[in-house]
Amino acid sequence: MIKAQHHTASELLAILAARELKDGQVVFAGVGIPLLAATLAQRLHAPGLTILFEGGVIGAFIEPGKLPPSTNDQRCTKRANMVLGSAEVLLLLQRGYVDVGFMGGAQIDQYGNLNSSFIGGPEHPSVRLPGTGGGNDIASLAQMIVAMRHEKRRFVERVDFVTSPGFLRGGNSRAESGLPTGGMMRVVTDLALFGFDDTSRRMKVMALHPGVTREQVQDNTGFALIFDDDTGVTAPPTDQELKVLRELDPEQLYTA
Amino acid sequence: MTQSYLKLRQDLQRRDRSLREKVVTLEEATTFVRDGDSVGIGGSTMSRTPMAMIWALIRARRKKLSCSRCITSSDGDLLVGSGICDHMTTSWFNQGILWGVSKVMRHNVETGKIRYDEWSHMAVGMRFRAGAMGVPFMPIRSMLGSDVARIRPEAKEFTCPFTGDTLLLVPALNPDVALIHVQRCDAYGNAQIDGLQFMDIDLAMAANKVILTTERIVSNDQIRRAPDQTKIPFFAVDAVVEVPFGSAPHECYGIYEPMSRHMEAYVAQVNGDPVGGMKDYLDRYVYGPKSWTEFLDLIGVDELLEAVNAGRSIYND
Repeated sequence: MIKAQHHTASELLAILAARELKDGQVVFAGVGIPLLAATLAQRLHAPGLTILFEGGVIGAFIEPGKLPPSTNDQRCTKRANMVLGSAEVLLLLQRGYVDVGFMGGAQIDQYGNLNSSFIGGPEHPSVRLPGTGGGNDIASLAQMIVAMRHEKRRFVERVDFVTSPGFLRGGNSRAESGLPTGGMMRVVTDLALFGFDDTSRRMKVMALHPGVTREQVQDNTGFALIFDDDTGVTAPPTDQELKVLRELDPEQLYTA
Repeated sequence: MTQSYLKLRQDLQRRDRSLREKVVTLEEATTFVRDGDSVGIGGSTMSRTPMAMIWALIRARRKKLSCSRCITSSDGDLLVGSGICDHMTTSWFNQGILWGVSKVMRHNVETGKIRYDEWSHMAVGMRFRAGAMGVPFMPIRSMLGSDVARIRPEAKEFTCPFTGDTLLLVPALNPDVALIHVQRCDAYGNAQIDGLQFMDIDLAMAANKVILTTERIVSNDQIRRAPDQTKIPFFAVDAVVEVPFGSAPHECYGIYEPMSRHMEAYVAQVNGDPVGGMKDYLDRYVYGPKSWTEFLDLIGVDELLEAVNAGRSIYND
């Protein structure tokens, strides 16, 4: 039997993110933890979860031990209902067929804006990151779940560059910029589960992971977090969740 | 940025669109690409990348190419690391997610050696779509409010005259030449694509020239037995090259998966030293071999067969 407490931070992240997905939903998943967590959800509590990949795939069931190295590889089409062009699958977001967008992030701010383009400004970046891919399209057009490691350098007051929009400058600024739909719904980290305040649109703590304190989360965050009076505690990963996750990713491609 | 409609029509008018054989060698195909051309690259990430054609263009020492692709992997590394391309238009430029950030991309962009214009994935698609439709732009509802749009003055915010909605207009992209690799086509260029199509159909119809590389050339009779499988019509194609394993070391749907050991060794070498490591890789694998077959020999039969077993397994059940 697997001892539930023995898991990596990435495994915790994948399992807790998977719990946010509901059976019957249509989810647009990025590569890495999102792809893995969506596949895990399919095999646990959401067998009717439809997964879309930006390579042009509707309704795939990824094979255990054969995780694709990107969302544009043939492994992504395993047992899919349909393959279609990349533009066509992205346009499904714009038309409104997608319930949840699900991706990772390099850097996030208090309004849920994500940066995957530049550390430092775009004129003279200290690091040029790979860029948006479909991230900007997903975040612009769907309700979002983001799964990422919780580190102070990744949780900043203001991102260096808004690659994928959250609530931009808070309040109504997202809708006023021409994005009347979608927005950040949940952020899952290895420390806690976050939502966003309905009015200010700032990040707030919804639940702490077992053994994690408020101070610990705040100390690892570069801006002041909102805590509800009734902040909950997430249930730890179960043996069953860990067992299925490790069958999916036996080589720890995404969960090392 | 957007080409004149009449110029686009005139360029197309000049192309020989008759049903004719157009099979050439890889070396001959490089003459269809001129220095300074804008080059659209088919496939996505590590899938159906026209690697053999890129390999041949590097050997032909083309200069100042301006390349566009929906998502760019090690093909982009080779294009900029070899010095034949100084401008990439894409949504994502990295080797893959398994290896961190490409040091070749970083070195060339951060030192200003090349320009990397970033657009969202859907925006790249709609730019090729507009090009394929013969219209100067397409409206989209993403990129708005983000810094991706802020640093792209070529994209214009626009108020819809019907609804008052704010939309973003992205300009048509009509590359001078498109490089596309497919599973099979005939000698006329009727191309059949299995599995993921990515943006290749729009790219082919948008471009002013198309070089098709193919795993195999089949008869026109075979194409006519299943015309519903034909995704690119012959009259959009200007050259056909038969190149087995033409996407190596990337994958070609249903035929081979990526050659992961070669990719891992490549990434370790170029990310260890994006200049010297890249030079050594190019010397050994691009300039060194006498032919594409000799390049495949360097990858090794065992790795090719492993990739083929994995590639074919998509049809096993």
